[in-house]
Amino acid sequence: MTPRAGPDRGRWASRAVQALFLIAFLSLWAFATTWGHVSPILLPNPLAVLEELTDVLKTGEFIGDLRVTLTELAFGFAISMIAGTLVGYLISRSPYAIKVLEPLMAGIYSVPIILFLPLYVLFFGLGPPSKIALGATISFFPIALNTIAGFGYIDKIFITSARSMGASNYQLFRFVLLPAAFPVILTGLRMGFTVALLAILGSETIASLAGLGHRTVHLSESMDMARMFAYITFVVVVVAFLNTVMSSLEAKGKRG
Amino acid sequence: MTHAPAIDDSVAAREAERRSFGRRAQAFLLARPGLARLGVIAVLFGIWEIAARFYVDKMFLSPPSSVFTSLHTVFLTPGVPAALRITFFELSIAFVLSIAIGLTVGLTVGLNRFSHRSFMPIILLLYGTPQVTILPLFILYFGIGPASKIAFGVTHGMFPIMVTVIAGVQNIKPILLTSAKSMGASRWHIFRWVIFPHMIPSFFSGMRLAMTGVLLGVLLAELYVSTAGIGYYTTLFTQNFDPTKLLGLISMLAAMAIGLNELVRRAETRFSRWRSG
Repeated sequence: MTPRAGPDRGRWASRAVQALFLIAFLSLWAFATTWGHVSPILLPNPLAVLEELTDVLKTGEFIGDLRVTLTELAFGFAISMIAGTLVGYLISRSPYAIKVLEPLMAGIYSVPIILFLPLYVLFFGLGPPSKIALGATISFFPIALNTIAGFGYIDKIFITSARSMGASNYQLFRFVLLPAAFPVILTGLRMGFTVALLAILGSETIASLAGLGHRTVHLSESMDMARMFAYITFVVVVVAFLNTVMSSLEAKGKRG
Repeated sequence: MTHAPAIDDSVAAREAERRSFGRRAQAFLLARPGLARLGVIAVLFGIWEIAARFYVDKMFLSPPSSVFTSLHTVFLTPGVPAALRITFFELSIAFVLSIAIGLTVGLTVGLNRFSHRSFMPIILLLYGTPQVTILPLFILYFGIGPASKIAFGVTHGMFPIMVTVIAGVQNIKPILLTSAKSMGASRWHIFRWVIFPHMIPSFFSGMRLAMTGVLLGVLLAELYVSTAGIGYYTTLFTQNFDPTKLLGLISMLAAMAIGLNELVRRAETRFSRWRSG
């Protein structure tokens, strides 16, 4: 709607606005906590948070909790990756099975599965197993549904032509089905990873014995706000890093 | 993974023809996948029933039959109807607020090329941040009552609406704008008759995503800490090892979630129909 500026000038201007936005946000935070009458229990000073963050990083206090969370994530995601692709593949072999089971799975997927957390805690206890189970359950559905979408809706003409050129079952799978389905499966895996991470952090926040979510809650309950903000920053950076890695893996897998 | 993928379902169908036993039943089910789906659900419930009756400790799992027959006892537990009402109230307020905020911010950012380029990355960055890490802060700022649940639900619900509204008002075919302009439409006319209708389908798919988000946010906050909402009762039933009531409550909430999702999905198909036909 605005008059079209040079593409380069426009880009710099938007970068400047973004930088200004960040600076305004940080300085408002700093001013409010330094000179305003904001209680440090509600909002700690950004400098104090930075101090705590360097302390957390220097002492390596985060390592234990990070290891717990990442282990839960690795197990949960591994389970859902194997189970999801396997179940999705088996269902996708028959158009009839797709017709019967896909709407069912999509229906279950639309229920907020976090609801079952109390049940999982009842079954698996407060430790990592309940987080692994919940993460695996939540991420199973996008992975399985995308595997079905990937394998199930391949244009018949590719299969027919490969067959008519004498492709064996293995060749058909390796050179036709898998390349066609792979990008869609990758998207499912990325979505599954994101929700598994969310579910694990969420269940750690709600009921747990260790992990990054547990640490944040613990600090919040002991009113150690600056350190809590430091941990929140740390978790946000870790999650952003993991999601970026997954997205770039997805993009790389789709290209290759 | 290397075994033969049966591509052609007519092979399976012919095999079914050959077998005389249950041939009719099979053909009947093949023609009606919906019925087969109900069958699958029945089988799953059967497995649950058998597992709960004979294999799993009664402290941890109860069979679906007793969950459904004792559903009314969940309602008779003092406070549960009120808790369900509170949760429903939190969900509705959070959803309405998400729409209001999402629409306002979405239109402000989306209608202007410069603000779109400046603020879209910030919105996407915030959308991608796992808000659950700041859940304790919401409790701190908004208390343990409904306000914190509503606020947390809103942070999950508003971003999908913003993003889809922005996507909806962008990506308009330039020819539509040009032709409207050449026919002498004012800015308001363009917004009302070109941009707005174009936005509606993506807005409704945003509403569907927002409903999922609001459900997630409100339930997460409820489960985290709650004094009168359903989170309180799920904790209570878990600690009392009362799986019958716990499952009853969870299934009621799941039904509520399915109902709300279905409502929004219906609205979506209803209002984006003009596009396909």
